[in-house]
Amino acid sequence: MNNSLVEYIMHLADNSLIHGHRLSEWCGHGPILEVDIALSNIALDNIGAARSLYEYAAEIEGNGKTEDSYPYFRDVRQFKNSLLVELPNGNFADTIAKCLLFDAYQFYFYTALKNSTDKRLAAIAEKSLKEVTYHLRFSTEWAVRLGDGTDESKQKMQHAIAEHWEYAGELFAPSNIELEMIEQGIAPNMEALKDVWQQKLAETIEEATLSFPLSNEKGWFQSGGKKGIHTEYLGFILSDLQYMQKTYPNSEW
Amino acid sequence: MVSKEIIYSYLENVSDPEVPVLSILDLGIVRDVIINEVNEAVEILITPTYSGCPAMQMIAMNVKIEMLAQGIKNVTVTEILSPAWTTDWMTENGKRKLNEYGIAPPQNKSNEYISIEDLIVPCPICHSKNTSVISEFGSTACKSLYRCNDCLEPFDYFKCH
Repeated sequence: MNNSLVEYIMHLADNSLIHGHRLSEWCGHGPILEVDIALSNIALDNIGAARSLYEYAAEIEGNGKTEDSYPYFRDVRQFKNSLLVELPNGNFADTIAKCLLFDAYQFYFYTALKNSTDKRLAAIAEKSLKEVTYHLRFSTEWAVRLGDGTDESKQKMQHAIAEHWEYAGELFAPSNIELEMIEQGIAPNMEALKDVWQQKLAETIEEATLSFPLSNEKGWFQSGGKKGIHTEYLGFILSDLQYMQKTYPNSEW
Repeated sequence: MVSKEIIYSYLENVSDPEVPVLSILDLGIVRDVIINEVNEAVEILITPTYSGCPAMQMIAMNVKIEMLAQGIKNVTVTEILSPAWTTDWMTENGKRKLNEYGIAPPQNKSNEYISIEDLIVPCPICHSKNTSVISEFGSTACKSLYRCNDCLEPFDYFKCH
């Protein structure tokens, strides 16, 4: 059994699950019906991708593990998602900023992961890339609409980009597990993805008549999620997500 | 001994739970049927339209029920991800049925990119080409929401994927 591979899959799956779970909180609360439906759709795509990944991890581990073992029966420290995706939804501009940074990352990441030496991960990437293309278009369009909108929407969008920017750096800083996977040709080289990602962000920020966040100059960023050191928010997400299985272990729908 | 052709004819009876006018063959999600000549076990390979599509489990279950009803007891349904499903695999007959049902079928091939502004989606009700997109995300992952500027009816578009 390949422990490092399982841990790498966990990181990818946790990213998708937590992002999807956060977005599902918008269901019934979207600013307009179409946005409500869009965010729920995007949430579903992410949770679907997480399922494919957890299922793969369960097959490698064997030992009675299933796709449900990971989201429902691990604690905060065992989750390896990036901090960005666990941040609260905030206002609509905050969610759009978070989605824009993450969707653009996923777009270039999955494009590269399609060439993974791991055929199963390559297949999941191929599938997810088609979906992420829609997600990125949605978040880009809304960032432009809000940035180049009213004084209030512009100010909120600018603030949201600045607030989330320092959490985006972690996406491109490889952990030891990632370095091992890059070495084996399983994972793409994250640092190489950062340039195209930043280029895409620069174009969107310009079109949205916004300015680049100052924190970009500092080059410093928040990190810890990939090592299991999370913000205080993840525990609350898990208590919501795991409540039923912890109250009635192994209950089935 | 069952043949592939017979299995395919049974699969024609299984419809998409979200779009009941389409069979899963019209939708293009059945990738292959493998029959074990020794024990007559049947394996049906299907691919999901979208990763989180909740209809997949129901489709897998309906496939098994249909096979049991036809007297085929040893059947497994396997989900495969690659090559990823595309609307190019939807049959012409399926597209026609979709349109009659009130859902505009995919207008282009998945490898020819047409921006959302340039894409013309005819209204399935009055056939006018004067339509506009309301949202790229619709009632299910595979559809987007459009409006006809002539007959003013909103309609679903099964988006090219």
